[in-house]
Amino acid sequence: MEGTLFNIFAGLTLLSAFMVVANPFSRNPVTSAMFLVTAMISISGLFVLLGAYFLAAVQILVYAGAVMVLFLFVIMLLDLREAARRKLNLISLAMGIMAVGALFSVYKSSLESTYGEAPQQHEAANTGQAEAKPAKVVGSTRALGQALFSKDNGFILPFEIVSILLLVAMVGVILLSRKEPR
Amino acid sequence: MEPTLSQYLLVSGALFAIGLLGVIVRRNLLIIYMSLELMLNAANVALVAMSRFNGNLDGQVMVFFIITVAAAEVSVGLALIVALYRKRQTADVEDLATMKL
Repeated sequence: MEGTLFNIFAGLTLLSAFMVVANPFSRNPVTSAMFLVTAMISISGLFVLLGAYFLAAVQILVYAGAVMVLFLFVIMLLDLREAARRKLNLISLAMGIMAVGALFSVYKSSLESTYGEAPQQHEAANTGQAEAKPAKVVGSTRALGQALFSKDNGFILPFEIVSILLLVAMVGVILLSRKEPR
Repeated sequence: MEPTLSQYLLVSGALFAIGLLGVIVRRNLLIIYMSLELMLNAANVALVAMSRFNGNLDGQVMVFFIITVAAAEVSVGLALIVALYRKRQTADVEDLATMKL
């Protein structure tokens, strides 16, 4: 069950991410934005599978909600009809796929050498302490809030700094998008 | 069959690779920006998977902060793109080659 859901969400994520980058049917940025929404929603499905319920909700709220509205507003504002007509350079696409594919295969082989044979050795080494395997955490709102605001090792100072960052970003956006910068 | 940590990390790496491909190949600033978001989310998936399989909630707290910073980053970046478009009437990186030698 979980494996099937994982396959569905992972496939949907990768497919729609690829459609954001290189859609064979349309050059329109709005299509890319819509596929970005599907990618974000399926990523939040992966978060649910990982037990991060709060983050799944936040992912949908922030990305599918706020970020996507911003993107669509800007696409509307910029009038990119001419850009949509430009063709994707096939040579550069092939070169890009080759370069990124090489990088990804390095990553994949390092992943395989880390997690491929190692678990058997690791488990063979300490079969006695099978209980030592950490319990799977559930990122419910309560658990995450307690981790965030606990008194001894919480994240209260970073939380306050993030609130200042949001204020600075807001002021910066207003300053940048003013009509006549003085 | 429950998916393993390495499967999640593989998906995250593939997502990152696709985002990187978009940044390299596409010439539209907005699409490049969307690909950057994809790369950021690939890192988020990896962090949440690590947090789940190591039994430590700190990774999810980190992702929470990353999402917040990403929202701020998107708003500032899109404002920059709009300001650039006002000045140059283009959102294509081929046309923004002033600093090219």
